[in-house]
Amino acid sequence: MGVCGVLLLRHLLRRILAFNLMGSGAFLVLVGLAQRDDIANPVPQAMVLTGIVVAVAATALALALARRYHHLSGRSSLPEGGDD
Amino acid sequence: MIDPASALGLSEILLALLVALPLAWAVLAFALGPGRSGWVAVPGLALQLSIALQLAATAIDTGTAIHHQVGGWGAPLGIDLRGDGLALAMVLLTQVVALPLALYARLFYLGRGEEEAYFWPLTGLLVAGLNGLFLSADLFNIYVTLELVGLAAVGLVAAGGKAPQLSAAINYLFATLLGSMAYLLGVALIHGAYGTVSIATLTPLVTAQAPLAVWLAGLLMLVGLMIKTALFPFHGWLPPAHGGAPAPVSALLSALVIKGTFYLVLRLWTGPFAAIAPVVEWLPAALGSGAILWGSWRALRATRIKMLIAYSTVAQLGYLFLIFPLLEGAGAIEAGVMQAWAHGLAKAGMFAAAGVLIRATGQDLIGGLAGVVGRMPITLFAFGLAGVSLMGLPPSSGFLAKWLLIEAALIQEQWHLVAVVLSGGLLAALYVFKVIRQAFLAPPEDVHLAPVPRNLEWLALALSAASILLGLRGVELMALLVTGEVG
Amino acid sequence: MTIYELLPLGVLASSLIPGIIIFALPEPWVGVRTALNLFAAVVKLALVGVLLAGVEAGSEFGVSYTVLPGLELVLNADPLGLLFVTLSAVLWLFTTLYAIGYLEGSPQRSRFFGFFSLCVTATMGIAMAGNLFTFFIFYELLTLSTYPLVVHRGTPRSMRGGTIYLAYTLVGGTLLLTGIVWLHNLVGHTDFVRAGILEGLGGAYAGQLKVIFLLLIAGVGVKAAIVPLHGWLPQAMVAPAPVSALLHAVAVVKAGAFGMVRIVYEIYGIEFAQSLDLLAPLAAIAGVTIVWGSLLALFQSDLKKRLAYSTVSQVSYIVLGIAMFGPMGTIGGLVHLVHQGIMKITLFFCAGNYAETLGIHGIREMNGAGRRMPLTTLAFSIAALGLMGAPLTAGAISKHWLTGGAEEAGMDWAVWVLWTSSALNAAYFLPILWRTWLCKMPLRWPREHIPSRGWRETAWLLLLPPLFTGAATVAVGVFANSELSPLAWAQLIAERQYLPVVEEVK
Repeated sequence: MGVCGVLLLRHLLRRILAFNLMGSGAFLVLVGLAQRDDIANPVPQAMVLTGIVVAVAATALALALARRYHHLSGRSSLPEGGDD
Repeated sequence: MIDPASALGLSEILLALLVALPLAWAVLAFALGPGRSGWVAVPGLALQLSIALQLAATAIDTGTAIHHQVGGWGAPLGIDLRGDGLALAMVLLTQVVALPLALYARLFYLGRGEEEAYFWPLTGLLVAGLNGLFLSADLFNIYVTLELVGLAAVGLVAAGGKAPQLSAAINYLFATLLGSMAYLLGVALIHGAYGTVSIATLTPLVTAQAPLAVWLAGLLMLVGLMIKTALFPFHGWLPPAHGGAPAPVSALLSALVIKGTFYLVLRLWTGPFAAIAPVVEWLPAALGSGAILWGSWRALRATRIKMLIAYSTVAQLGYLFLIFPLLEGAGAIEAGVMQAWAHGLAKAGMFAAAGVLIRATGQDLIGGLAGVVGRMPITLFAFGLAGVSLMGLPPSSGFLAKWLLIEAALIQEQWHLVAVVLSGGLLAALYVFKVIRQAFLAPPEDVHLAPVPRNLEWLALALSAASILLGLRGVELMALLVTGEVG
Repeated sequence: MTIYELLPLGVLASSLIPGIIIFALPEPWVGVRTALNLFAAVVKLALVGVLLAGVEAGSEFGVSYTVLPGLELVLNADPLGLLFVTLSAVLWLFTTLYAIGYLEGSPQRSRFFGFFSLCVTATMGIAMAGNLFTFFIFYELLTLSTYPLVVHRGTPRSMRGGTIYLAYTLVGGTLLLTGIVWLHNLVGHTDFVRAGILEGLGGAYAGQLKVIFLLLIAGVGVKAAIVPLHGWLPQAMVAPAPVSALLHAVAVVKAGAFGMVRIVYEIYGIEFAQSLDLLAPLAAIAGVTIVWGSLLALFQSDLKKRLAYSTVSQVSYIVLGIAMFGPMGTIGGLVHLVHQGIMKITLFFCAGNYAETLGIHGIREMNGAGRRMPLTTLAFSIAALGLMGAPLTAGAISKHWLTGGAEEAGMDWAVWVLWTSSALNAAYFLPILWRTWLCKMPLRWPREHIPSRGWRETAWLLLLPPLFTGAATVAVGVFANSELSPLAWAQLIAERQYLPVVEEVK
């Protein structure tokens, strides 16, 4: 769902939300698979924590860029197509 | 001769320094602000370069890989750093390219404070991330460094720019995050299957009978990394980002950042996934061939200098991915690393030269270059030398890379790969000479050029010349590659 | 480093280092640049002289350097290489003098002479290369250093000529590289060795070896302008006359022909090539080129273009000689490499003189030029007669050995080809001689840049080189039997380097 959101949504903020959705999904998989043995394994939890930190940083950057872009161009979604 | 044991002990510390140092000066640079932060970056990079050289020499002498366990905790709890021949070769490339580019950037941004905003801290983070990426020995650490590199790179594209640059940066960010997510999911699946993420531990565990989850993980990680490395057809984000950013940034990105993700594909392919990867070995080669053809075609049609060079990057990346079907035989990794070096140096030189040309002519169209050859011969010579390496003409490292690649392909009777490599060289000639032709054309009226610091031209020439000089002596690089247990 | 290693490097350095310095010279420093150019040429000649003496006495000069494990750069001053080196070094001196005179007052001379020097360096490297890998490196360097010379003037016509030149030579280079890497793969090295390196590669590899031969010959054949790869040569005529002289007599086409010699004799070996039935097709292509080139020359009205097609035809004499199985053919081909160089450069010097002094480009404009510029036209006539094979000239010697070689090899058709070509040469040169000597001068020349002063018909620097080379054309022919002639050296090469052993003929 997250992937589709990233690829298909045009509005920047919505795409960023989609990303967070994806990230959370991945983290859940990580912890979930590790928990199957019923033992609380600290390693995957450490990894997820690190991952959350990274995701927060990425989201912060994304939001900052989106805001600045909006400030400079007055738009909330990126232009289509490219030029050479 | 230094006692091998103490040499290795020192080396372990040096290894960690390669990651710690750039982080340190990045923070310092942030505190100092634009204008003065160049003063910490250059000595830092110089120190890193000497460390990298020292490590390479030690590796060649002792013939073994260098390890370091951060904080003294070994795997699976701690973070392992491992410098075998391949990793050290890539680390060395990073420092060798970054230092001249730092000097170039100092001069480039002279007097342009707003453009220089955040350049130095971000570059420091970028280099730290790259060094960490090359030296990481477990999959999750790779993820962290991958993100660090990606975010720093996006920041560099965006920093100090106007709307089109920001747009390119945002697209880049989305692409790179998509790739990272896929990679992370893969890591999660692997950990779920085997309970570890250490590369050394995983490699013997993954056999041809691995569960479906592992195959899925491999596919996810491969695709994720391909997106991040802008391999055709995932290359869409690269031309606007590399073509729109300021010249020093474009150089760093094209020369180094995408080599990082390529290295990771190679590492995973020859490490944990060695048993199951050969099933799809045709895929990277097919996509690489597409990259060469499509990238060259778009480069030929470009009207702006930096866009031409950016599309050239898309094409040149293809060569790196042609080695995957050849990994069973000898010589493939050597060819790949030589190509990485050749392209890294040449592309950095080319973007540096382009930066000077654009600054001097006050515009960025290829058509505006008429008559430049008479007024700025050094810069054009730098561009030409870089082009020679990209075309794979002798004497250059690009030629050696081409030779190694063709030889590896011939040994395994993969004739189509030979054909792709050769036509790639001719296609590169088409777009390189498009620029050179334009510069030789007599201008309609007298050309007005803005003054540009001379040293910028010399730095561009130094980078391009390095690409040529490596073509005269590849013995040391090859010796480095065989140390440690590679592949 | 011993003297035996230093000398070959010195020959390269004698033009490389001055070349780099010249690039950096400011445009107005004419005196320094001229002095440097001439100094370099003289030093190079001196070094070559030492090498010649040494090699004749039996010494060996060579140096090697490892680029990658298994790949070495090797320079070797063997007799065959020295043939080409000497030709290039001597003609370079004259071309330098000529170029200094021709380009007087033109822009961008530092750049021109810089690349000029690089070009000669590349040629020396090609001549002294000890294996195909080294050969290829300098071969492509030659392409890269001649491009800026072709497009020197920066006009749209020059650029077009340059693009065509590049297209042909880069594709040729690609073919050559394919063959070289393939060969390296099969044999493990690509060293030039007497009688070839393929002994023992029997029937199973015959197919591959034939394809490799095709690739290699096509690769060098582009520069040697064999049909159908010759298209670039007439187009490259847009270059200034010294460049045309260099391209057609000294560097590019000779490099291609020289490459063929190396490939046929020292990679495949003449006997092995014969056993694979490779010589007959090669001879056939040469024959076609000889006739086709001469035919096309007939229909050209531009002087330089006519000379260009004449070159296409004449260089294939060398290829024909190589493809003949027997010592006479070999000697004929090798000696023509030198003789054609001397004669063709004379013709191009003269063509440049007509253009520079009187603004003449087309043949129809040449009426009465002999009256206005008698010395130039004298040199032109001698060289033209030489190419026709007139007695007492260098061309006669070549023709004698080539026809002898054809008979020796049982290739009677080749004798017909050579005679036909001589006739065609007469057909396209004699009218020019008629016009220049016997027709009336026009009232006004197209553009008289350089007025005549008494009997000084044009600038000294433009006049002396063709006079020297024209005289050489005759001298080489008359003194062919002396020990210092190119013929004697060619016989030495055949004796020392090829089977079967040469007996004293003539």
